Amino acid sequence: MELTLWTYEGPPHVGAMRVASSMKDIHYVLHAPQGDTYADLLFTMIERRGQRPPVTYTTFQARDLGGDTAELVKRNITEAVERFKPKTLLVGESCTAELIQDQPGALAKGMGFDIPIVNLELPAYSKKENWGASETFYQIIRTLLKYKPNEIEKINPQRWKSLGRRPKVNILGPTLLGFRCRDDVIEIQRILSEQGIDTNVVAPLSSSPDDITRLTDADINICLYHEIAETSCEWLKRNYGMEYTTTIPIGIKNTINFINEVHEKLDLPLTNKKELEHKSKLPWYSKSIDSNYLTGKRVFIFGDGTHVISAAKIAKDELGFEVVGLGTYSREMARQVRAAAKDLNIEALITNSYLEVEDAMKKASPELVLGTQMERHSAKRLGIPCSVISTPMHVQDVPARYSPQMGWEGANVIFDDWVHPLMMGLEEHLIDMFKHDFEFVDGHQSHLGHTATKGPENKEDEHEPSNVSIQKKGSVLWTDSGKAELTKVPFFVRGKVKSNTEKYALSKGLPEISDETLYDAKAYFS
Amino acid sequence: MSNVDFNKETGPREVFCGLTSIVWLHRRMPDAFFLVVGSRTCAHLIQSAAGVMIFAEPRFGTAILEEKDLAGLADAHEELDRVVNDLISRRPEIKTLFLVGSCPSEVIKLDLATVAEKLNTRFLGQVRFVNYSGSGIETTFTQGEDGALKALLPLMESTDDEKLLLVGTIANNVEDRFKKIFNNIGITNVESFPPRQSTELPKIGKNTKVLLTQPYLSDTARDLKHRGCEIIQAPFPLGVEGSTKWVLAAADAFKIPELKVHEVIAPLANRARQALEKHTEILRGKKLFLLPESQLEISLARFLHNECEMELVEVGTPYLNKDLMEQELNLLPDDTKIVEGQHVEKQLDRVRASNPDLVVCGMGLANPLEAEGISTKWSIEMVFSPIHGIDQAADLAELFSRPLKRNQILTSKSLATF
Repeated sequence: MELTLWTYEGPPHVGAMRVASSMKDIHYVLHAPQGDTYADLLFTMIERRGQRPPVTYTTFQARDLGGDTAELVKRNITEAVERFKPKTLLVGESCTAELIQDQPGALAKGMGFDIPIVNLELPAYSKKENWGASETFYQIIRTLLKYKPNEIEKINPQRWKSLGRRPKVNILGPTLLGFRCRDDVIEIQRILSEQGIDTNVVAPLSSSPDDITRLTDADINICLYHEIAETSCEWLKRNYGMEYTTTIPIGIKNTINFINEVHEKLDLPLTNKKELEHKSKLPWYSKSIDSNYLTGKRVFIFGDGTHVISAAKIAKDELGFEVVGLGTYSREMARQVRAAAKDLNIEALITNSYLEVEDAMKKASPELVLGTQMERHSAKRLGIPCSVISTPMHVQDVPARYSPQMGWEGANVIFDDWVHPLMMGLEEHLIDMFKHDFEFVDGHQSHLGHTATKGPENKEDEHEPSNVSIQKKGSVLWTDSGKAELTKVPFFVRGKVKSNTEKYALSKGLPEISDETLYDAKAYFS
Repeated sequence: MSNVDFNKETGPREVFCGLTSIVWLHRRMPDAFFLVVGSRTCAHLIQSAAGVMIFAEPRFGTAILEEKDLAGLADAHEELDRVVNDLISRRPEIKTLFLVGSCPSEVIKLDLATVAEKLNTRFLGQVRFVNYSGSGIETTFTQGEDGALKALLPLMESTDDEKLLLVGTIANNVEDRFKKIFNNIGITNVESFPPRQSTELPKIGKNTKVLLTQPYLSDTARDLKHRGCEIIQAPFPLGVEGSTKWVLAAADAFKIPELKVHEVIAPLANRARQALEKHTEILRGKKLFLLPESQLEISLARFLHNECEMELVEVGTPYLNKDLMEQELNLLPDDTKIVEGQHVEKQLDRVRASNPDLVVCGMGLANPLEAEGISTKWSIEMVFSPIHGIDQAADLAELFSRPLKRNQILTSKSLATF
């Protein structure tokens, strides 16, 4: 039993819903009680979808449990097939139905429908949302390709040459409620078509069962989100020899690496290498002297595996930040995230507890947090600027404008989204300096949310680390001169300076901290 | 009883479960913690419904069952013990801990009552434990509050003092207004349940007259009756009419002359009717379809028809307690179509066929209906907004006139007309 106040991922059947809702001509009969219908609002409210998710909930009640719940399942399946006429039916159960063991998938298969039926067994008490999405996608591909005779022994990625057509690829992994998937797909397709590469199928997003049966027409697969598509890509490789790319095209370096990887696999000469350097504004913006102040900014990163690994690389290599914390809630990607952290000489934080993340954030005293919406809230409480880089999704993460994370435009978006909160941070510093001037209007803390007046979320326990009582810790006492000097330190490093100075004073056995001690400590640590 | 047209329907539903009521219950009692014993789905449901991220540490959480908890119940009880210990050492300010049963905990027959009993002995004088079920196989949405209140009743001491007890969570400012009105008509001993602090439970007994503020408290009302309380029959305090009749019913129980009530209420009612007028202008003659969710549907239909002159196409309700709703049903126009339960697909077919001007529905359905060109009001807003009482009548009407007004603004200037 695990005490959970908030969770980064939903249950696995929500992952299945993400795949089902992303696709066309598909319906999902979910053996579940009425409360589970809450999941619909994730799609209709967060994604602002104008259609209901294609899901029928069997809605069993306590009084049904003594009777025949299997009959209830069958009735719902019959009605759903008649009403929605899907080309493929998914059948599964949520946590409660798993306990009563009606085996709805097996029931459905015995009902004599002439459409493919995908039996989803998603263990609700050990697995989570992303796993559920990945497993569902994989089971759909397996089931649908089984209906298609295997004409090809092994797909040669270079076969396009002998077939006399342009190379074509599948883009696998984008789903609804995935971070900026909608726009990433557009960006990646644009990049590929510039290189003369066609897209065969994008899936699950906007694909139909018919599209899934055409997957083997492509020369290679592009695994866009490992969390969702890696299992499927592996299976396609094992069974059809289809190669797949592993580079995630987020950031300039990895977009170029991605393009190279695609070209190598297809054996397609890359003709416009030089041009690629100028596709995004990020390299120049990062080099321009205005960005000097970004050097060595301490950044703390937490989110899903795909986005944190990419973010760490961009932060370090493309913006010149120092990564002081890296972690993920994606246990399936713990190994990769640990390796990325090791390269940065830090230890990865693998956890599903946002309070642990908040503690780690506090200890790392970063100047910028890149995280999920939850880290945005934690950072806000700590007075640290934050940019959101990962699911779980919030209505703000589905912007009206084109806003990818991948490719050239993705790099532009990332530069703006990560650097602007820091600008605001500087602005805040100015406010700090000038707050005693008569022009100053209280409440103008622009990076802390979008309103000048403090919203309800600020009330709970908002405080700046710099304001914590100065004499609280141990035996070290701050003298008046020490305190005065500390207040002159810019707010965004004040917390760090304070703890370093105390650490220094303790290590030297000093009874109190004066302004001179502060400078001694500064010299000691620099 | 008036001549309403009762119907029953079963099938797939689109309704929240009783766990959702934790969202407003925990705000009402800031010294209580709600611990759901359930699955990741339960945790995800509550955080999705409540916007949990705004809290540094919310006063509700889920003890998520894992595979090993399902293997042996004895271990599950021990595990729950451990989780509760951790929680209490982390949150020493908690005075009452609600152990809330869920679909999976009910199915595996986890005995939360016994667990609560043991914990009560161990934490005697420090934290009180009560248990109830918010599971979706037994309760819908607002029914969760019924379970929570019923669970508190055994903790309430007895008294023979005469008092008026308002039962059901309402907004604090609304509660204050009600108390003032009752004071003005001469009922001075007025208390509320649930109280603002979980430890300040009102005493009850044979001279306690209970006035329900919410229509979803069947079990609580029944148990209060068993404790000797008198349940005052009244419509619910939504709109001018409902609120006036509600106050009158209480006055009658306290043998206060009707004239006295009218003296106090008339100026408020006049003011409220004036404020209502501009919303009625928008709502008048418009067709309304209510899907079942909050259990407030019948009272809302009565208000929107009688005071805002809307036409009722269909009034859905998750379940119908004809005794509790008798007064409300009497106020509905003849032949009002009431549908208890739901088959969401068939109901949506009827929505489309009847071409209503406004549909009251859950959040999962609202945007899809809007995309089809049907204006909606999502019902969860009714349980989060202060809508009760005469002073709130116009605010309540505004919740329904706003989508129509917005629709007017947007369509008259839509790109299509240029």
